[in-house]
Amino acid sequence: MVNSSFTQPLLKTSFRVNEINQASVAAFQLLISGNSEIWHIISLSFGVSLTAILIATPIALIVSFFLAFFQFPLRRALISLFNTFMSVPAVIIGLTLYLLLSRSGPLGNLGLLFTSKAMVIGQILLCFPLLVAMAHSSFQAADRRAWETAITLGAKPWRAFFTLMYELRFGLIAAVVAGFGRIIAEIGCSMMVGGNILNATRNIPTAIALETSKGEFAQGIALGMVLLILSLGLNAGVSIFQGRGELQA
Amino acid sequence: MKTSVIFSALLCLLISITASANEPLRLATTTSTENSGLLAKLLPKFTQQTGISIDVIAVGTGKALQIARSGDADVVIVHSRQAENIFVAEGFGVNRRDVMENDFVLVGPANDPAAINGKNSTLKAFSKIARTHSIFISRGDHSGTHKKEHSLWQHAGINTLGHWHKSIGQGMGKALLMANELNAYTLTDRGTWLAYKDKLSLKILNEGGILLKNPYGIIAVNPALHKDIQYLKAMRLIAWLTSPAGQQEIDQFNKNGQQLFYPTAIKDVISSE
Repeated sequence: MVNSSFTQPLLKTSFRVNEINQASVAAFQLLISGNSEIWHIISLSFGVSLTAILIATPIALIVSFFLAFFQFPLRRALISLFNTFMSVPAVIIGLTLYLLLSRSGPLGNLGLLFTSKAMVIGQILLCFPLLVAMAHSSFQAADRRAWETAITLGAKPWRAFFTLMYELRFGLIAAVVAGFGRIIAEIGCSMMVGGNILNATRNIPTAIALETSKGEFAQGIALGMVLLILSLGLNAGVSIFQGRGELQA
Repeated sequence: MKTSVIFSALLCLLISITASANEPLRLATTTSTENSGLLAKLLPKFTQQTGISIDVIAVGTGKALQIARSGDADVVIVHSRQAENIFVAEGFGVNRRDVMENDFVLVGPANDPAAINGKNSTLKAFSKIARTHSIFISRGDHSGTHKKEHSLWQHAGINTLGHWHKSIGQGMGKALLMANELNAYTLTDRGTWLAYKDKLSLKILNEGGILLKNPYGIIAVNPALHKDIQYLKAMRLIAWLTSPAGQQEIDQFNKNGQQLFYPTAIKDVISSE
Protein backbone atom coordinates (compact mmCIF):
# COMPACT_ATOMS: atom_id res chain seq x y z
CA MET A 1 0.00 0.00 0.00
CA VAL A 2 2.81 2.41 0.88
CA ASN A 3 4.84 1.22 -2.09
CA SER A 4 2.45 2.09 -4.86
CA SER A 5 3.96 5.51 -5.52
CA PHE A 6 7.50 4.26 -6.16
CA THR A 7 7.28 4.33 -9.92
CA GLN A 8 7.25 8.10 -10.03
CA PRO A 9 10.66 9.70 -9.48
CA LEU A 10 9.52 11.82 -6.57
CA LEU A 11 11.58 14.12 -4.44
CA LYS A 12 12.27 12.58 -1.08
CA THR A 13 10.33 15.24 0.83
CA SER A 14 7.14 14.92 -1.18
CA PHE A 15 7.48 11.15 -0.99
CA ARG A 16 7.48 11.43 2.80
CA VAL A 17 4.32 13.51 2.88
CA ASN A 18 2.65 11.08 0.52
CA GLU A 19 3.69 8.18 2.69
CA ILE A 20 2.22 9.82 5.81
CA ASN A 21 -1.08 10.49 4.03
CA GLN A 22 -1.38 6.91 2.84
CA ALA A 23 -0.42 5.55 6.23
CA SER A 24 -3.07 7.72 7.90
CA VAL A 25 -5.76 6.42 5.58
CA ALA A 26 -4.64 2.87 6.25
CA ALA A 27 -4.70 3.65 9.97
CA PHE A 28 -8.37 4.66 9.82
CA GLN A 29 -9.22 1.51 7.91
CA LEU A 30 -7.42 -0.60 10.51
CA LEU A 31 -9.43 0.90 13.36
CA ILE A 32 -12.78 0.68 11.62
CA SER A 33 -12.26 -2.84 10.28
CA GLY A 34 -12.09 -4.15 13.85
CA ASN A 35 -8.65 -5.74 13.36
CA SER A 36 -8.50 -8.08 16.35
CA GLU A 37 -4.78 -7.58 16.93
CA ILE A 38 -5.06 -3.82 17.22
CA TRP A 39 -8.12 -3.94 19.46
CA HIS A 40 -6.42 -6.43 21.75
CA ILE A 41 -3.55 -3.98 22.08
CA ILE A 42 -5.94 -1.13 22.88
CA SER A 43 -7.96 -3.11 25.41
CA LEU A 44 -4.82 -4.39 27.13
CA SER A 45 -3.51 -0.84 27.46
CA PHE A 46 -6.73 0.34 29.08
CA GLY A 47 -7.17 -2.78 31.18
CA VAL A 48 -3.69 -2.53 32.68
CA SER A 49 -3.70 1.23 33.26
CA LEU A 50 -7.23 1.32 34.69
CA THR A 51 -6.46 -1.56 37.05
CA ALA A 52 -3.28 0.20 38.16
CA ILE A 53 -5.02 3.52 38.79
CA LEU A 54 -7.95 1.84 40.59
CA ILE A 55 -5.57 0.07 42.96
CA ALA A 56 -3.26 3.04 43.47
CA THR A 57 -5.85 5.81 43.96
CA PRO A 58 -7.55 4.74 47.25
CA ILE A 59 -4.23 4.02 48.96
CA ALA A 60 -2.71 7.25 47.65
CA LEU A 61 -5.69 9.29 48.89
CA ILE A 62 -5.42 7.87 52.40
CA VAL A 63 -1.65 8.34 52.51
CA SER A 64 -1.84 11.92 51.27
CA PHE A 65 -4.64 12.71 53.71
CA PHE A 66 -2.51 11.51 56.62
CA LEU A 67 0.46 13.48 55.31
CA ALA A 68 -1.59 16.67 55.15
CA PHE A 69 -3.71 16.43 58.30
CA PHE A 70 -1.58 14.73 60.94
CA GLN A 71 1.77 15.36 62.50
CA PHE A 72 4.13 12.43 62.88
CA PRO A 73 7.87 11.89 62.73
CA LEU A 74 9.49 11.82 59.27
CA ARG A 75 6.40 13.42 57.73
CA ARG A 76 8.45 16.05 55.88
CA ALA A 77 10.94 13.44 54.71
CA LEU A 78 8.12 11.29 53.35
CA ILE A 79 6.64 14.23 51.44
CA SER A 80 9.95 15.05 49.78
CA LEU A 81 10.47 11.37 49.05
CA PHE A 82 7.17 11.21 47.14
CA ASN A 83 8.00 14.44 45.33
CA THR A 84 11.31 12.94 44.26
CA PHE A 85 9.76 9.67 43.12
CA MET A 86 7.31 11.65 41.01
CA SER A 87 10.08 12.21 38.48
CA VAL A 88 11.79 8.81 38.59
CA PRO A 89 12.18 7.57 34.99
CA ALA A 90 9.95 4.64 34.10
CA VAL A 91 12.96 2.61 32.95
CA ILE A 92 14.42 2.70 36.47
CA ILE A 93 11.16 1.33 37.92
CA GLY A 94 11.23 -1.21 35.09
CA LEU A 95 14.80 -2.27 35.80
CA THR A 96 14.19 -2.62 39.54
CA LEU A 97 11.05 -4.64 38.96
CA TYR A 98 12.79 -6.79 36.34
CA LEU A 99 15.57 -7.68 38.78
CA LEU A 100 13.04 -8.47 41.52
CA LEU A 101 10.79 -10.62 39.34
CA SER A 102 13.52 -12.32 37.29
CA ARG A 103 13.88 -16.07 37.68
CA SER A 104 17.14 -15.47 39.53
CA GLY A 105 15.65 -12.59 41.56
CA PRO A 106 14.06 -12.71 45.04
CA LEU A 107 10.47 -12.87 43.73
CA GLY A 108 11.33 -15.13 40.80
CA ASN A 109 9.17 -18.06 41.85
CA LEU A 110 6.02 -15.96 41.52
CA GLY A 111 6.47 -16.27 37.75
CA LEU A 112 5.27 -12.73 37.16
CA LEU A 113 7.92 -11.47 34.75
CA PHE A 114 6.59 -10.90 31.21
CA THR A 115 2.94 -10.97 32.30
CA SER A 116 0.36 -8.21 32.33
CA LYS A 117 0.31 -8.45 36.14
CA ALA A 118 3.91 -7.26 36.19
CA MET A 119 2.87 -4.34 34.00
CA VAL A 120 0.11 -3.43 36.47
CA ILE A 121 2.60 -3.50 39.37
CA GLY A 122 5.00 -1.30 37.42
CA GLN A 123 2.30 1.22 36.59
CA ILE A 124 1.07 1.34 40.20
CA LEU A 125 4.61 2.18 41.31
CA LEU A 126 4.79 4.82 38.58
CA CYS A 127 1.57 6.69 39.31
CA PHE A 128 1.52 6.31 43.11
CA PRO A 129 4.04 9.09 43.95
CA LEU A 130 2.36 11.45 41.49
CA LEU A 131 -1.08 10.74 43.00
CA VAL A 132 0.23 11.24 46.55
CA ALA A 133 2.06 14.46 45.74
CA MET A 134 -0.84 16.05 43.87
CA ALA A 135 -3.53 14.87 46.30
CA HIS A 136 -1.38 16.01 49.22
CA SER A 137 -1.24 19.56 47.92
CA SER A 138 -5.02 19.48 47.47
CA PHE A 139 -5.55 18.29 51.04
CA GLN A 140 -3.09 20.85 52.34
CA ALA A 141 -4.91 23.71 50.64
CA ALA A 142 -8.23 22.45 52.01
CA ASP A 143 -10.19 24.32 54.59
CA ARG A 144 -9.55 22.40 57.82
CA ARG A 145 -12.93 23.56 59.06
CA ALA A 146 -14.75 21.22 56.69
CA TRP A 147 -13.10 18.30 58.44
CA GLU A 148 -13.52 19.76 61.92
CA THR A 149 -17.16 20.69 61.34
CA ALA A 150 -17.98 17.23 60.11
CA ILE A 151 -16.32 15.68 63.17
CA THR A 152 -18.05 18.11 65.53
CA LEU A 153 -21.41 17.30 63.98
CA GLY A 154 -20.78 13.73 65.03
CA ALA A 155 -19.59 12.24 61.75
CA LYS A 156 -17.39 9.17 61.95
CA PRO A 157 -13.83 9.87 60.68
CA TRP A 158 -14.54 7.80 57.54
CA ARG A 159 -17.63 9.81 56.78
CA ALA A 160 -15.76 13.07 57.41
CA PHE A 161 -12.98 11.88 55.09
CA PHE A 162 -15.48 11.36 52.29
CA THR A 163 -17.05 14.78 52.92
CA LEU A 164 -13.62 16.34 52.70
CA MET A 165 -12.83 14.48 49.46
CA TYR A 166 -16.11 15.66 48.02
CA GLU A 167 -15.15 19.25 48.81
CA LEU A 168 -11.80 18.69 47.09
CA ARG A 169 -13.11 16.67 44.16
CA PHE A 170 -11.75 18.96 41.44
CA GLY A 171 -8.17 18.85 42.63
CA LEU A 172 -8.31 15.13 43.38
CA ILE A 173 -9.76 14.25 39.99
CA ALA A 174 -7.06 16.33 38.33
CA ALA A 175 -4.53 14.23 40.28
CA VAL A 176 -6.10 10.96 39.10
CA VAL A 177 -6.21 12.16 35.49
CA ALA A 178 -2.57 13.23 35.65
CA GLY A 179 -1.64 9.84 37.11
CA PHE A 180 -3.57 8.00 34.41
CA GLY A 181 -1.93 10.19 31.77
CA ARG A 182 1.49 9.22 33.04
CA ILE A 183 0.90 5.47 32.89
CA ILE A 184 -1.25 5.07 29.76
CA ALA A 185 1.52 6.62 27.64
CA GLU A 186 4.40 4.98 29.49
CA ILE A 187 6.69 2.70 27.51
CA GLY A 188 9.95 2.03 29.37
CA CYS A 189 8.56 -0.05 32.23
CA SER A 190 5.93 -1.88 30.14
CA MET A 191 8.55 -2.92 27.59
CA MET A 192 10.95 -4.21 30.25
CA VAL A 193 8.62 -6.16 32.54
CA GLY A 194 5.88 -6.95 30.00
CA GLY A 195 8.14 -7.97 27.14
CA ASN A 196 5.84 -6.71 24.36
CA ILE A 197 4.39 -10.20 23.70
CA LEU A 198 1.72 -10.18 20.99
CA ASN A 199 -1.81 -10.83 22.32
CA ALA A 200 -0.45 -10.99 25.86
CA THR A 201 1.54 -7.96 27.01
CA ARG A 202 1.70 -5.68 23.99
CA ASN A 203 0.13 -2.29 24.78
CA ILE A 204 -0.27 0.89 22.75
CA PRO A 205 3.13 2.50 23.46
CA THR A 206 5.19 -0.67 22.97
CA ALA A 207 3.24 -1.47 19.80
CA ILE A 208 3.92 1.99 18.38
CA ALA A 209 7.64 1.59 19.09
CA LEU A 210 7.64 -1.82 17.40
CA GLU A 211 5.64 -0.83 14.32
CA THR A 212 7.90 2.17 13.78
CA SER A 213 10.99 -0.01 14.03
CA LYS A 214 9.46 -2.36 11.46
CA GLY A 215 8.80 0.60 9.17
CA GLU A 216 5.05 -0.04 9.27
CA PHE A 217 3.66 3.33 10.09
CA ALA A 218 -0.08 2.74 9.53
CA GLN A 219 -0.60 0.74 12.70
CA GLY A 220 1.62 3.15 14.64
CA ILE A 221 -0.46 6.10 13.48
CA ALA A 222 -3.73 4.30 14.25
CA LEU A 223 -2.64 3.59 17.80
CA GLY A 224 -1.24 7.11 18.18
CA MET A 225 -4.63 8.48 17.17
CA VAL A 226 -6.37 6.38 19.83
CA LEU A 227 -4.03 7.78 22.49
CA LEU A 228 -4.54 11.35 21.31
CA ILE A 229 -8.33 11.04 21.14
CA LEU A 230 -8.34 9.52 24.60
CA SER A 231 -6.31 12.31 26.16
CA LEU A 232 -8.41 14.92 24.37
CA GLY A 233 -11.57 13.27 25.72
CA LEU A 234 -10.20 13.02 29.25
CA ASN A 235 -9.09 16.64 29.34
CA ALA A 236 -12.31 17.89 27.81
CA GLY A 237 -14.26 15.88 30.39
CA VAL A 238 -12.24 17.29 33.27
CA SER A 239 -12.52 20.87 32.08
CA ILE A 240 -16.31 20.57 31.62
CA PHE A 241 -16.51 19.12 35.12
CA GLN A 242 -14.34 21.89 36.56
CA GLY A 243 -16.25 24.54 34.63
CA ARG A 244 -19.45 23.34 36.31
CA GLY A 245 -17.64 23.63 39.64
CA GLU A 246 -16.78 27.26 38.95
CA LEU A 247 -20.39 28.09 38.23
CA GLN A 248 -21.56 26.58 41.48
CA ALA A 249 -18.96 28.36 43.58
CA MET B 1 0.59 27.88 12.91
CA LYS B 2 3.57 27.12 15.08
CA THR B 3 3.64 23.56 13.79
CA SER B 4 3.64 24.69 10.17
CA VAL B 5 6.64 26.93 10.90
CA ILE B 6 8.47 24.02 12.47
CA PHE B 7 7.47 21.78 9.62
CA SER B 8 8.77 24.13 6.94
CA ALA B 9 11.97 24.64 8.92
CA LEU B 10 12.41 20.87 8.95
CA LEU B 11 11.76 20.73 5.22
CA CYS B 12 14.45 23.37 4.59
CA LEU B 13 16.81 21.39 6.79
CA LEU B 14 16.08 18.19 4.87
CA ILE B 15 16.61 19.90 1.53
CA SER B 16 19.86 21.52 2.62
CA ILE B 17 21.13 18.19 3.94
CA THR B 18 20.32 16.37 0.72
CA ALA B 19 21.92 19.15 -1.31
CA SER B 20 25.34 19.00 0.36
CA ALA B 21 28.04 17.76 -1.98
CA ASN B 22 30.42 15.37 -0.25
CA GLU B 23 27.89 13.24 1.53
CA PRO B 24 28.85 9.95 3.14
CA LEU B 25 27.41 6.79 1.63
CA ARG B 26 24.33 5.66 3.59
CA LEU B 27 24.39 1.94 4.36
CA ALA B 28 21.25 0.41 5.89
CA THR B 29 22.03 -2.96 7.38
CA THR B 30 21.06 -5.48 10.01
CA THR B 31 22.06 -5.25 13.64
CA SER B 32 24.03 -8.50 13.38
CA THR B 33 26.68 -7.03 11.05
CA GLU B 34 27.03 -3.95 13.25
CA ASN B 35 26.90 -5.58 16.69
CA SER B 36 29.35 -8.32 15.78
CA GLY B 37 31.97 -5.67 15.00
CA LEU B 38 32.34 -6.80 11.37
CA LEU B 39 31.54 -3.41 9.87
CA ALA B 40 33.86 -1.64 12.28
CA LYS B 41 36.66 -3.75 10.81
CA LEU B 42 35.65 -3.70 7.13
CA LEU B 43 34.46 -0.18 6.49
CA PRO B 44 37.54 1.79 7.62
CA LYS B 45 39.62 -0.21 5.10
CA PHE B 46 37.16 0.69 2.35
CA THR B 47 37.19 4.35 3.37
CA GLN B 48 40.98 4.32 3.46
CA GLN B 49 41.23 2.93 -0.06
CA THR B 50 38.47 4.97 -1.72
CA GLY B 51 38.06 8.11 0.39
CA ILE B 52 34.32 7.34 0.68
CA SER B 53 33.03 7.59 4.24
CA ILE B 54 30.00 5.56 5.28
CA ASP B 55 27.10 6.22 7.64
CA VAL B 56 25.72 2.96 9.01
CA ILE B 57 22.03 2.65 9.90
CA ALA B 58 21.79 -0.64 11.82
CA VAL B 59 18.22 -1.94 12.05
CA GLY B 60 16.35 -5.17 11.26
CA THR B 61 16.20 -6.44 7.66
CA GLY B 62 12.59 -5.30 7.22
CA LYS B 63 13.29 -1.77 8.39
CA ALA B 64 16.54 -1.58 6.38
CA LEU B 65 14.66 -2.39 3.18
CA GLN B 66 11.90 0.05 4.14
CA ILE B 67 14.48 2.81 4.66
CA ALA B 68 15.93 2.03 1.23
CA ARG B 69 12.44 2.09 -0.31
CA SER B 70 11.92 5.66 0.87
CA GLY B 71 15.31 6.62 -0.58
CA ASP B 72 16.91 7.19 2.82
CA ALA B 73 19.78 4.78 2.12
CA ASP B 74 22.03 4.19 -0.89
CA VAL B 75 22.91 0.55 -0.33
CA VAL B 76 21.71 -2.27 1.93
CA ILE B 77 23.32 -5.39 3.41
CA VAL B 78 20.55 -7.70 4.64
CA HIS B 79 19.82 -11.38 5.19
CA SER B 80 16.46 -12.51 3.93
CA ARG B 81 16.65 -13.90 0.42
CA GLN B 82 12.88 -13.80 -0.07
CA ALA B 83 12.55 -10.15 1.01
CA GLU B 84 15.62 -9.27 -1.07
CA ASN B 85 14.10 -10.84 -4.16
CA ILE B 86 10.87 -8.89 -3.69
CA PHE B 87 12.87 -5.70 -3.13
CA VAL B 88 14.71 -6.20 -6.43
CA ALA B 89 11.62 -7.40 -8.33
CA GLU B 90 9.68 -4.33 -7.30
CA GLY B 91 12.41 -2.17 -8.80
CA PHE B 92 13.75 -0.65 -5.59
CA GLY B 93 17.10 -2.43 -5.70
CA VAL B 94 19.58 -3.27 -8.45
CA ASN B 95 22.75 -5.39 -8.75
CA ARG B 96 22.23 -7.78 -5.88
CA ARG B 97 25.31 -9.83 -4.93
CA ASP B 98 25.97 -12.56 -2.39
CA VAL B 99 28.53 -11.36 0.15
CA MET B 100 28.83 -13.84 2.97
CA GLU B 101 26.93 -16.26 5.15
CA ASN B 102 26.77 -17.54 8.68
CA ASP B 103 24.20 -19.74 10.34
CA PHE B 104 21.34 -19.89 12.78
CA VAL B 105 21.14 -22.17 15.79
CA LEU B 106 18.06 -23.40 17.64
CA VAL B 107 18.59 -22.96 21.37
CA GLY B 108 16.46 -23.95 24.32
CA PRO B 109 16.41 -24.88 28.01
CA ALA B 110 18.82 -27.57 29.18
CA ASN B 111 15.98 -29.86 30.34
CA ASP B 112 14.61 -29.74 26.76
CA PRO B 113 10.86 -30.31 27.35
CA ALA B 114 10.17 -30.97 23.64
CA ALA B 115 13.01 -33.53 23.47
CA ILE B 116 14.54 -32.09 20.31
CA ASN B 117 18.18 -32.68 21.22
CA GLY B 118 19.89 -35.44 19.29
CA LYS B 119 19.89 -36.42 15.66
CA ASN B 120 16.71 -34.61 14.70
CA SER B 121 16.41 -32.66 11.47
CA THR B 122 15.70 -28.97 11.92
CA LEU B 123 12.12 -29.31 10.69
CA LYS B 124 11.52 -32.29 13.00
CA ALA B 125 12.74 -30.18 15.91
CA PHE B 126 10.38 -27.36 15.00
CA SER B 127 7.36 -29.63 14.63
CA LYS B 128 8.17 -31.29 17.99
CA ILE B 129 8.18 -27.88 19.67
CA ALA B 130 4.80 -27.11 18.13
CA ARG B 131 3.34 -30.53 19.00
CA THR B 132 4.37 -30.33 22.65
CA HIS B 133 3.27 -26.66 22.87
CA SER B 134 6.63 -25.74 24.36
CA ILE B 135 7.16 -22.01 24.75
CA PHE B 136 8.96 -20.46 21.80
CA ILE B 137 10.15 -16.84 21.76
CA SER B 138 9.78 -15.26 18.34
CA ARG B 139 11.47 -12.01 17.33
CA GLY B 140 8.22 -10.93 15.63
CA ASP B 141 9.86 -7.79 14.19
CA HIS B 142 10.17 -8.71 10.48
CA SER B 143 13.93 -9.04 10.92
CA GLY B 144 15.89 -11.57 8.86
CA THR B 145 15.89 -13.95 11.82
CA HIS B 146 12.12 -13.61 12.20
CA LYS B 147 11.61 -14.25 8.49
CA LYS B 148 13.80 -17.35 8.70
CA GLU B 149 11.83 -18.64 11.69
CA HIS B 150 8.56 -17.98 9.87
CA SER B 151 9.68 -19.97 6.83
CA LEU B 152 10.85 -22.86 9.06
CA TRP B 153 7.40 -23.17 10.67
CA GLN B 154 5.87 -23.22 7.21
CA HIS B 155 8.30 -25.85 5.94
CA ALA B 156 7.58 -27.94 9.02
CA GLY B 157 3.89 -27.81 8.16
CA ILE B 158 2.92 -25.78 11.22
CA ASN B 159 0.31 -23.29 10.07
CA THR B 160 -1.33 -22.27 13.32
CA LEU B 161 0.89 -20.96 16.08
CA GLY B 162 -0.79 -21.10 19.46
CA HIS B 163 -0.31 -19.29 22.72
CA TRP B 164 2.99 -21.07 23.30
CA HIS B 165 4.48 -19.06 20.41
CA LYS B 166 5.31 -15.65 21.91
CA SER B 167 5.94 -12.87 19.42
CA ILE B 168 7.89 -10.15 21.25
CA GLY B 169 8.88 -7.64 18.57
CA GLN B 170 12.33 -7.04 20.03
CA GLY B 171 16.01 -7.56 19.21
CA MET B 172 17.96 -10.83 19.30
CA GLY B 173 19.66 -10.19 22.63
CA LYS B 174 16.34 -9.42 24.31
CA ALA B 175 14.77 -12.52 22.79
CA LEU B 176 17.57 -14.69 24.21
CA LEU B 177 17.19 -13.15 27.67
CA MET B 178 13.44 -13.72 27.57
CA ALA B 179 13.86 -17.31 26.44
CA ASN B 180 16.23 -17.77 29.36
CA GLU B 181 13.71 -16.32 31.82
CA LEU B 182 10.77 -18.32 30.50
CA ASN B 183 12.63 -21.61 29.88
CA ALA B 184 11.75 -21.27 26.22
CA TYR B 185 13.18 -22.16 22.81
CA THR B 186 14.31 -19.55 20.30
CA LEU B 187 16.09 -19.26 16.96
CA THR B 188 19.20 -17.08 17.03
CA ASP B 189 22.08 -16.17 14.75
CA ARG B 190 25.34 -17.69 15.94
CA GLY B 191 27.07 -14.32 16.40
CA THR B 192 24.56 -13.04 18.95
CA TRP B 193 24.47 -16.47 20.62
CA LEU B 194 28.24 -16.39 21.13
CA ALA B 195 28.03 -12.89 22.56
CA TYR B 196 25.28 -13.83 25.06
CA LYS B 197 25.80 -17.49 25.91
CA ASP B 198 27.81 -16.85 29.09
CA LYS B 199 24.80 -15.05 30.59
CA LEU B 200 22.32 -17.79 29.70
CA SER B 201 21.45 -21.25 30.91
CA LEU B 202 20.21 -22.18 27.43
CA LYS B 203 21.92 -24.75 25.18
CA ILE B 204 22.27 -25.26 21.43
CA LEU B 205 19.82 -28.04 20.57
CA ASN B 206 19.89 -28.02 16.78
CA GLU B 207 22.53 -26.70 14.39
CA GLY B 208 24.30 -27.27 11.11
CA GLY B 209 21.32 -28.10 8.89
CA ILE B 210 21.14 -26.70 5.37
CA LEU B 211 17.94 -24.86 6.30
CA LEU B 212 19.75 -22.94 9.03
CA LYS B 213 22.13 -21.25 6.60
CA ASN B 214 21.95 -17.47 6.73
CA PRO B 215 23.16 -15.80 3.53
CA TYR B 216 23.81 -12.05 3.41
CA GLY B 217 23.31 -10.04 0.24
CA ILE B 218 24.29 -6.50 -0.74
CA ILE B 219 21.98 -4.48 -2.98
CA ALA B 220 22.34 -1.01 -4.48
CA VAL B 221 19.25 1.21 -4.29
CA ASN B 222 17.84 1.95 -7.76
CA PRO B 223 19.12 5.44 -8.70
CA ALA B 224 16.07 5.96 -10.91
CA LEU B 225 13.81 6.22 -7.88
CA HIS B 226 15.23 9.20 -6.04
CA LYS B 227 17.42 11.89 -7.47
CA ASP B 228 19.94 11.94 -4.64
CA ILE B 229 20.88 8.27 -4.50
CA GLN B 230 24.67 7.90 -4.52
CA TYR B 231 24.73 5.06 -6.95
CA LEU B 232 28.39 5.16 -8.00
CA LYS B 233 29.62 5.11 -4.42
CA ALA B 234 27.23 2.24 -3.64
CA MET B 235 28.59 0.23 -6.58
CA ARG B 236 32.15 0.81 -5.39
CA LEU B 237 31.22 -0.66 -2.00
CA ILE B 238 29.63 -3.68 -3.68
CA ALA B 239 32.69 -4.12 -5.90
CA TRP B 240 35.09 -3.94 -2.99
CA LEU B 241 33.17 -6.27 -0.69
CA THR B 242 32.89 -8.94 -3.41
CA SER B 243 36.51 -8.54 -4.54
CA PRO B 244 39.28 -10.83 -3.25
CA ALA B 245 40.43 -8.08 -0.88
CA GLY B 246 36.99 -7.57 0.70
CA GLN B 247 36.22 -11.30 0.85
CA GLN B 248 39.52 -11.94 2.56
CA GLU B 249 38.73 -9.36 5.23
CA ILE B 250 35.42 -11.11 5.91
CA ASP B 251 37.16 -14.50 6.06
CA GLN B 252 39.72 -13.27 8.55
CA PHE B 253 37.27 -11.52 10.85
CA ASN B 254 36.76 -13.39 14.09
CA LYS B 255 35.58 -12.85 17.62
CA ASN B 256 37.45 -14.62 20.41
CA GLY B 257 38.99 -16.88 17.79
CA GLN B 258 35.60 -17.90 16.39
CA GLN B 259 34.91 -17.14 12.72
CA LEU B 260 31.49 -15.49 12.39
CA PHE B 261 31.03 -14.90 8.66
CA TYR B 262 32.07 -17.00 5.66
CA PRO B 263 32.63 -15.25 2.30
CA THR B 264 30.34 -16.41 -0.50
CA ALA B 265 31.10 -14.08 -3.43
CA ILE B 266 34.44 -15.86 -3.85
CA LYS B 267 34.16 -19.13 -1.94
CA ASP B 268 37.81 -20.19 -1.75
CA VAL B 269 39.36 -16.83 -1.24
CA ILE B 270 43.15 -17.20 -1.14
CA SER B 271 44.72 -15.86 1.98
CA SER B 272 47.57 -13.50 1.20
CA GLU B 273 50.71 -12.99 3.36
